[in-house]
Amino acid sequence: MTDAKLSFPHPPSRPDQAPDFSGIVIPEAGSLPVPPVDITAKDCWPFAVGLIRVLDDDNQAVGPWADYLGDIPAETLQLGLRDMLKMRAIDKRLQNAQRQGKTSFYLQCTGEEAIGCGFQRQLEQGDMNFPTYRQQTLLVAADYPLESLMGQLYSNELDPLQGRQLPIMHSARDYGFFSISGNLGTQYVQAVGWAMACALRGDGKIAAGWIGDGATASNDFHSALLSASVYQPPVVLNVVNNQWAISTYTGVAAGKSETYAARALGYGIPALRVDGNDYLAVLAVSRWAIERARAGYGPTLIEWFTYRAAAHSTSDDPSAYRARNEADAWPLGDPVARLKAHMIARGDWNDARHTQAEAELLDKVSEVQKRVEAHGTFVNPKPISPAEIFRGVYADLPEHLRRQRQEMGY
Amino acid sequence: MATEILMPALSPTMEEGTLAKWLVKEGDTVSSGDIIAEIETDKATMEFEAVDEGVIGKILVAEGTENVKVNTAIAVLVEDGEEVGDVAASAPAPAPDTAAPASAPAEAKSAPPDAPKPDTSPDWPEGTPMKQQTVREALRDAMAEEMRRDEDVFLMGEEVAEYQGAYKISQGLLDEFGSKRVIDTPITEHGFAGIGVGAAFGGLKPIVEFMTFNFAMQAIDQIINSAAKTLYMSGGQMGAPMVFRGPNGAAARVGAQHSQDYAAWYAQIPGLKVAMPYSASDAKGLLKSAIRDPNPVIFLENEILYGRSFDVPDIADYTVPFGKARIWREGSDVTIISFGIGMSYALEAAEKLAEDGINAEVIDLRTLRPIDYDTVLASVMKTNRCVTVEEGFPVGSIGNHLSAVIMERAFDYLDAPVINCTGKDVPMPYAANLEKLALTTTDEVIAAVKQVTYR
Repeated sequence: MTDAKLSFPHPPSRPDQAPDFSGIVIPEAGSLPVPPVDITAKDCWPFAVGLIRVLDDDNQAVGPWADYLGDIPAETLQLGLRDMLKMRAIDKRLQNAQRQGKTSFYLQCTGEEAIGCGFQRQLEQGDMNFPTYRQQTLLVAADYPLESLMGQLYSNELDPLQGRQLPIMHSARDYGFFSISGNLGTQYVQAVGWAMACALRGDGKIAAGWIGDGATASNDFHSALLSASVYQPPVVLNVVNNQWAISTYTGVAAGKSETYAARALGYGIPALRVDGNDYLAVLAVSRWAIERARAGYGPTLIEWFTYRAAAHSTSDDPSAYRARNEADAWPLGDPVARLKAHMIARGDWNDARHTQAEAELLDKVSEVQKRVEAHGTFVNPKPISPAEIFRGVYADLPEHLRRQRQEMGY
Repeated sequence: MATEILMPALSPTMEEGTLAKWLVKEGDTVSSGDIIAEIETDKATMEFEAVDEGVIGKILVAEGTENVKVNTAIAVLVEDGEEVGDVAASAPAPAPDTAAPASAPAEAKSAPPDAPKPDTSPDWPEGTPMKQQTVREALRDAMAEEMRRDEDVFLMGEEVAEYQGAYKISQGLLDEFGSKRVIDTPITEHGFAGIGVGAAFGGLKPIVEFMTFNFAMQAIDQIINSAAKTLYMSGGQMGAPMVFRGPNGAAARVGAQHSQDYAAWYAQIPGLKVAMPYSASDAKGLLKSAIRDPNPVIFLENEILYGRSFDVPDIADYTVPFGKARIWREGSDVTIISFGIGMSYALEAAEKLAEDGINAEVIDLRTLRPIDYDTVLASVMKTNRCVTVEEGFPVGSIGNHLSAVIMERAFDYLDAPVINCTGKDVPMPYAANLEKLALTTTDEVIAAVKQVTYR
């Protein structure tokens, strides 16, 4: 006989059950202070297990983090809302394009728009994100040309990577968007290395690593935290906790750890947990952590607490593993709806303007899509030149590859 | 014009699926984006949307049909007032012309190919003063010279700073360059390889030292999936100009996990360059070239060779290009090809063979990616016989590859099959006598040469 027994984490609800988020404690908005910029990990516990929120249940910006943001111009909020609406329009059109067979694969970020859109607007030219695959928001808020984004989806001549990378794995150095890796986690420790290069060169730039809750289980996450703790480079380490790693519930990656933010404290890295569906909280905490990195106080880990409202990807059907209306039951709501309500409460916005902005952005996205599709999609492909196979294997084309290319007739 | 609606591929791996349900019927008008059917793939049920506007003229595949192949016509879409029959004549859409209009494969020639003309220029001018140096000192000098020359070059790894390297390769570097450029790391090969890759992406030129390449197994995802491939995957925007270096292969009595030769592993990867020097002058000249190379370089050293002395040219900035083999000994009876510590066996065998009147030509490849095929082929076309020597495992060895290349390009010149001398197909045993037997030996090289020369 033995008393030893194992634990196998289960999500709070499955498809045939009602959504249940009763286990999630939501502290009041405005209840956490803004920590001093030189805070140490040992003083960070309340921030790592709490939840920084700015927008309260009446859509008002409240508390010390609202004060930290000061008077936000209406234009800043409108820009944020437009970024998120544009993202939604892109997701909608590209999901649709995949279902029409025009591309092989797509992956929406519905519900998580505030995080990347808000964070990116706090970065400077020359800073570098090391994103994972659900951060197309960073590209959108960096004003990455839609022609390039969509060209890659369709593998046509507008694809800046010319057919050498998966449709959603963008790469845009000039927009602060490092090449996405299909092997989860590798980018996290590379962000630390890039940030070390920034500090060694003294160029004043920072790096930001991104990882999902599921991939925190990879060894890269841990070696990144250790290395960031040892060398103290200017890096912001983001964990997007959207509750689901495809069908695997977040508890399988978390175990009995209080939060993902709390893990960083063991490494000696200050960490905060933030309502990722609150655009104002995203702005405030991003600004704080980025300024902290730039001012030489070292790494910060931010856990963005959010919910993956869409399917994992176009190859996934979440109704097989989670309650159908779980997204609607998410206690922290929808980022677009919340920012919209706040702006209306401020008197800067109204329903009619919102409807108009939505329609305008969808039109604009559709118009670009149409133009890009004229260059070819999977339905009417205009293949990329085979010569492209050989480009970029090495910095300079080696002799044996030149010969192979010529043997192919290009 | 009537168009066919084809069974879509709703995931990249989908080859067929079940047409679970039609959500439209014949005669219905649809517009782009309307959901017209539900398709079940191996992974999930998905909605299929119309691409074009029109009227569903005819449903060709009934709902509930299983195993419908991708790109099968499942319905016909017509314009208002058009007949379905109009489509019958239309040929199925041709497959996209993605295949290369390749020129015919190398035509069979009646005459054997001409011998290539390899670059036989000497590594240093005649009369250059030489100095005796160990491989260890040569590697240290190469790093120090390059670090003086370029501020972006730095060294990181376990024990490289205060301890001056587990094998004392980085002697004096911390004193000269300080802790910003000679960095001790935690014991996480995956972690510090990843940091190095990130720093290289960020514009620096890291030298990442592995205490041995056996430990780099932990870092192989960063080396292959990130360092070697990111320049390609980013469309040329961001690459990793860096060097991964350290001892590789068997030393003495360190057992199965610490004795592996990774030459053939890394040589397989496009995007990497691979060097495996034997002599001190090549260690120095190749490491300097590796540090300057804009691509990621795997630099395979050998613990037993670290303490061996060689002549090194006393030249201010001595470099050796990648892809240029060195002929250590000219000969006419057989070509022995090796690299790294394998050269010890090759040269020793050649000397003993000379006593028996067999005149062997000995080639040191020096770099395994690129490989100097011209020197190899020119030599084999001269001697008509070839033996390769390496310590690595026999399956998929560098020798296997060379045999294939020689067969393809110099078949008519061969008077005997090429023989590959390699390590045995077993994990490295610990006991001294077993260890020696597990590696290749000079006697095996001699026996192989006698076999290909029919002596």
